Amino acid sequence: MGRKVGIEVSIAISEAVKLANADVVAAYPITPQTHIVEHLAELVASGELDAEYIPVESEHSAMSACLGAAATGARAFTATAGQGLELMHEVLYVASSMQLPVVMVVANRALSAPINVWGDHSDMMAVRDTGWVQIVVENGQEAVDNVLCAFCIGEDKRVLLPVMVHIDGFHLTHVVEPIVLPDQADVDDFIPPNEYPLPLDPARPVTMGSFGPPVIYPEIKKRQDVVLRESKEVILENWQRFGEAFGRYYHPVEQYRAEGAKTLLMTMGSTSETAMDAVDRMRDQGMSVGLLKLRLWRPFPFEELLQAVRDADLLVVVDRAISFGGPAGPFCSEVKAALYNQDKKPKVMGFVAGLGGRDIPVGGFEAMVHRGMEIAEKGGGEILETYGVRE
Amino acid sequence: MSTSDEELTWREIEVGAIFTVPGTTADYQTGDWRSQAPSYNFDRCIKCGICQLYCPEGCVGQDEDGYFIADLYWCKGCGICARECPTGVITMVEETE
Repeated sequence: MGRKVGIEVSIAISEAVKLANADVVAAYPITPQTHIVEHLAELVASGELDAEYIPVESEHSAMSACLGAAATGARAFTATAGQGLELMHEVLYVASSMQLPVVMVVANRALSAPINVWGDHSDMMAVRDTGWVQIVVENGQEAVDNVLCAFCIGEDKRVLLPVMVHIDGFHLTHVVEPIVLPDQADVDDFIPPNEYPLPLDPARPVTMGSFGPPVIYPEIKKRQDVVLRESKEVILENWQRFGEAFGRYYHPVEQYRAEGAKTLLMTMGSTSETAMDAVDRMRDQGMSVGLLKLRLWRPFPFEELLQAVRDADLLVVVDRAISFGGPAGPFCSEVKAALYNQDKKPKVMGFVAGLGGRDIPVGGFEAMVHRGMEIAEKGGGEILETYGVRE
Repeated sequence: MSTSDEELTWREIEVGAIFTVPGTTADYQTGDWRSQAPSYNFDRCIKCGICQLYCPEGCVGQDEDGYFIADLYWCKGCGICARECPTGVITMVEETE
C-alpha cells in the first residue's frame, strides 16, 4: 500500500494535494513555503494535476481566490508562512465565518522584525482565533497524512470549515525524509467528493457574505463556535478512518512514554521529536517524565488534555512564541486556562524557546524539565522563563 | 432587516450564514428616517414628473388622476422634490410625531 520514497517534505505535501485532486490552487510564494507551491505549479503545468493554478499578487488575494473557488464547490488549496499568513489575516476570518472549506498548509515562520525566515510559532499563534480547524504535525509523514485528512474534515457536511495544517518551517519543509505516499486509488476511496451544500450556482441563487447587523451577528458567531467545537467528533472519525485505511493513527493529544509520568513535557510541532529523545534520556536516568504532543490546536481538545494529565504533578509547556507583555507563552496559557477550574490539577510551568529557528537540543528539554521541577518545588520563576537566551 | 432576523435563534442560521431566500430593500421602511414630509398643492402641478426623476429613493408614483406623489413608507423627507419642482407644488412640512 503506497510507496516509501526519500522526498523533501514540501514536495511530498504537493504530491498529497495532487492525490487529493485539488481543483484550484491559488498561492503566493514565500520562504519557507515556496517549494510546496512551486511543485504544485509544476504539477499543474505538466498536466499531472488537473487544476487551476492562480498565481496571485499577494497572500490576501491567494486566500480570497481560494474562498471564491470554495464557494463554487471547488476543492481549494493554498500554503503560506509567517508574513504571508499575516497579510491574509482578515480573509482567514471570512473563510471560517462563511464556512468555506479551504485547506492550507502553514510553514510556520517567525514574524518580522527583525526579518527572519526560520521556524517558530509566532504566525500560528497570531491566527489562533480565526475559527479554522488547526492541526499541528511533527514530521513529513504526518504532514502528508493530515493534508489528506484535512480535505475530508473540512468538506464534511457537519463541519464545512477551513483547515490549517501547521508544519515547522525548514525543520520540516526543507528536509528529506522517508515518506509513504499512498496509492491514488486508496486516496480516492478515502476522500469523498466535495459536495458543498450551497455553492454559487446561477440556477439556485444565494447570498453569501451578507450584512450582519447587531440583531443577528451574535447568533451567527455562536453558531460558528459550536460548529468548530463539534468538528472534533468529525476530526476523530476521520483520523480513525485514516488509521484503518493506511495504518497510521492520529490523536488530539499524542502521548510518548506519558503513562504514569509525574512530570509531562508538552510540545507542538517538530521539536516533539527532539523532546522524545530527551524523555528517553530522563527515563533512562530513572526520572518519571513523559511527553504530550498537542496535535489538535483548534478545536482545543479539553477532554483529551484533562485525561492525559490526570496522573501528573507537573506540566512543562514549551512555547515557540511569546505573548508580549502577557502570560509569556500562548500555548502554556491555553493549557493553564483549560485546567484552572479543575479540582485536581498539575502545576504548570511555561518556557519560551526555539524562537526564530533557534535549535532546542535534547539537553534543552532536559534543562527545561529540571528548571520546571525546581520552580515547582521552591517557587520563584519569572513570568517569561526562556531557554537558550543569552543573559 | 426583516422580522425573521429578529426571531432567528443561532440554531436556525444557515451554513456560513448564507441567505437562501433573496432579500429586498423594499422591506425597509425608510420612511422611519423622515423628519419632514412633502405636502402637495396639485392646483399648480403640470404633471411633468421631474420630482419622480429626481427622487433618490425612487418612491414617487402617480395617483389615479396622474399626479405625482411620494409613498411615505419609503420617503426619507430629503426635500429634493420640493427643491426641483418647477411650479412650486411641493412644500416640506415638519413631521409632528
